[in-house]
Amino acid sequence: MGEFLVRRIAQLLPTLVLVSMLIFGLQQLLPGDPAKILAGEEQDPQVIAYLHQKLHLDDPLPVRYAYWVGGVLRGDLGESVRNQQPVLHLIAQKLPVTLELALLAMAIALVIGIPAGIVSAVGRGTAWDWGANVFALWGISTPNFWLGILLILLFSVNLGWLPASGYVSPLEDLGANLKAMIMPAFVLGNAIAAVLMRHTRSAMLQVLSSDYVRTARAKGLDEKTVVLKHALRNALTPIITLGALELGTLLSGAVLTEQVFTIPGFGKLIVDAVFNRDYAVVQGVVLVTATAYMVLNLLADVAYIAVNPRLRH
Amino acid sequence: MSSVLPILSTSPMEAAPAGPWRRAYRRLRKRRAALLGLAVVLGFVALALFAPWIAPQDPIATSWGALRKAPSAQHWFGTDEIGRDVLSRVIWGTRASLLAGVVSVSLSLLIGVPLGLAAGFIGGWVDAVISRITDAFLACPFLILAIALAAFLGPSLTNAMVAIGVSAAPIFVRLTRGQVLGVKTEDYVEAARAVGNPPLRIALRHILPNITAPLMVQATLAVAAAVIAEASLSFLGLGQQPPAPSWGSMLNTAKNFIDNAPWMAVWPGLAIFLLVLSFNLLGDGLRDALDPRQR
Repeated sequence: MGEFLVRRIAQLLPTLVLVSMLIFGLQQLLPGDPAKILAGEEQDPQVIAYLHQKLHLDDPLPVRYAYWVGGVLRGDLGESVRNQQPVLHLIAQKLPVTLELALLAMAIALVIGIPAGIVSAVGRGTAWDWGANVFALWGISTPNFWLGILLILLFSVNLGWLPASGYVSPLEDLGANLKAMIMPAFVLGNAIAAVLMRHTRSAMLQVLSSDYVRTARAKGLDEKTVVLKHALRNALTPIITLGALELGTLLSGAVLTEQVFTIPGFGKLIVDAVFNRDYAVVQGVVLVTATAYMVLNLLADVAYIAVNPRLRH
Repeated sequence: MSSVLPILSTSPMEAAPAGPWRRAYRRLRKRRAALLGLAVVLGFVALALFAPWIAPQDPIATSWGALRKAPSAQHWFGTDEIGRDVLSRVIWGTRASLLAGVVSVSLSLLIGVPLGLAAGFIGGWVDAVISRITDAFLACPFLILAIALAAFLGPSLTNAMVAIGVSAAPIFVRLTRGQVLGVKTEDYVEAARAVGNPPLRIALRHILPNITAPLMVQATLAVAAAVIAEASLSFLGLGQQPPAPSWGSMLNTAKNFIDNAPWMAVWPGLAIFLLVLSFNLLGDGLRDALDPRQR
C-alpha cells in the first residue's frame, strides 16, 4: 500500500506541472497587453507601467512562468484586482461552502444511485429496471441549472417551503443551513445519481452472472445475502473507479448550482471573477480545482485497493 | 490482391454477405428509443434550418405593450421581460445549440483523433508526451476548463464552441489511443505491414476504419454533453450574447422573473432537455448496435 501510494504520487507530479503550465498559458490567450486590460477604463500609464513591473510582463515567458510557479509554491496565487485580497485567502473563504454542497450532493447521489442500480440489475427486464433506466436517462439529460429553477418554482414560489436563495453557515444555524442547501444538493446529486445507477447496474449484471454467485445461491443462501454480500462487494470496485470520474462533474456542476441558488461558494467566485476580469482569481480557482480533483482521484484509488483485497499486495 | 478475396468468399449457397455497417443498421432499426431520438434530433435540425419560416414572430423584436404575457393564442409560449415572443426565441435558439453541439464536437474530433492515432500507433516518446498532456487537460474538470478558456478568449458563441471543443478533445485522444492499441496487433494490420504498406497508410486505411464505431458512439454522446455545456456557458453569460436568442441565456434571464413569469423558464429548459435526451438515446442505441459486447 505504501509503495503504491509513493508510486501514484510520483505519477501525479508531472501532471501537476503540466496543469500549472496550462493554467499559466491561459493568460497568453488574452488579446493585447494584459496590463492594459487589467488597468481598467482609465488606462493610467503609471498604473500600466506598475502592472508591467509587478507581473514581470517585460520578461520572457519561461521567466514569467518561473515567477508564477514560485509564487504558487509559496502559497501566493496572486491578488484579486477587484478587492486587492490575496487569491488564496478568497479561495479558503469560499471552499468550505462548496465542500458542504459537494458532500451533501454526493451523499444524495449514493443513496439514490446505488440502490437504484442494484434493484435494476436484480430485476432485469422488470418495471423496476425500466423505471430506474428512465430515471438515469432523465438525470443525464437534464441541465442542472434548469432543474434548479424548476425546483425553486415549485418549492419556493408555489409552496413556500424552502428559501430560493440565501446561504446560512451551518455553525450559525444548522436547520436554516440544511433548508437552504437541500435543493442545490439534490440538483447537483441528481445527475451523478444517474451515472452511478448505470455503473452499478452494469457492474452488478456482470457479477450476478459469475460462478461464485451461482455457488452462493447453490449452497442455499438467501437472495438478500447473495446480492448484498457476495455480489455488491465485488461490483463496488468498478463503481468506485468510474464514480470517481464523476467528481469532476460534481465540481463543474457546483459552479452552475451555486449560480442558480446564489450560494457564495467556489463556483460563484470563479463566475464573478470572469465578469470582473479578475484573471488571477480565475487561474487560482482552476488550479485549486484541478489539484483537488487529482487528489480525490488518488483517494478513489486508495479506496479501490481497500475494497479489493487481491490488490493489497 | 483484393480481387482474390471476393472470389473466395462468394459461395452460391450464401446470401449476399452483410457488411458490419449493414448489420449495425439493422440492429439500430430494431431499437425504437434510438429511432425516436433520431427523429427528434432531425426535427430540431429542421427547426434550426427553417427557423425564419417556422417562427411566428421576429425573435428579437421587442413589444412594450406585451411584457411578460402568459401563454395565449397569440403567443403560445408567452412573452419575455421586454415583450419578445418566447416561442420564436426557442425556435431560433435551436440554431445556437445545434451549432455549438456539432461544431465543438467536430473540433474535438479534429484535435483528438489525429493525436490519439499518433500516440497509439507511433508509441514511444510521442505517446508519452501526448498522454501526459492529455492527463493534464483531463485533470481540469470539463466545464471549469471551458469557463476559464471562454473567460480568457472573451464571451461569444464562437469562443464558447472553441472552449468546449478544446476541453472535450482529451476524451477523444484517450479513446482513440486505446482503440488503436487494441487494433494494432490484429492479424490484418500485421498483414498490411508485411506486404509493405507505409505506416501512414496503415494508420489511415487499416486502423482508422476499424475504430470508427466507438468514435461515432462517443461523438454522439459528446454532442449531448456539448449542447448542455453551451447552454451552461450561455447561462453564465459566456456564450451567445444578447439579444441573439440561445436557450441558456434565456434561462439566465428567466431566473430573475421566476415568481411572475414562470413560462419564461419552462420552454427553453424543456428544449435543452429534449435535444440532449434525443442525442443520448441515439448514442445509447448506436452503442448497442455497433458494439454488442458492451451490453
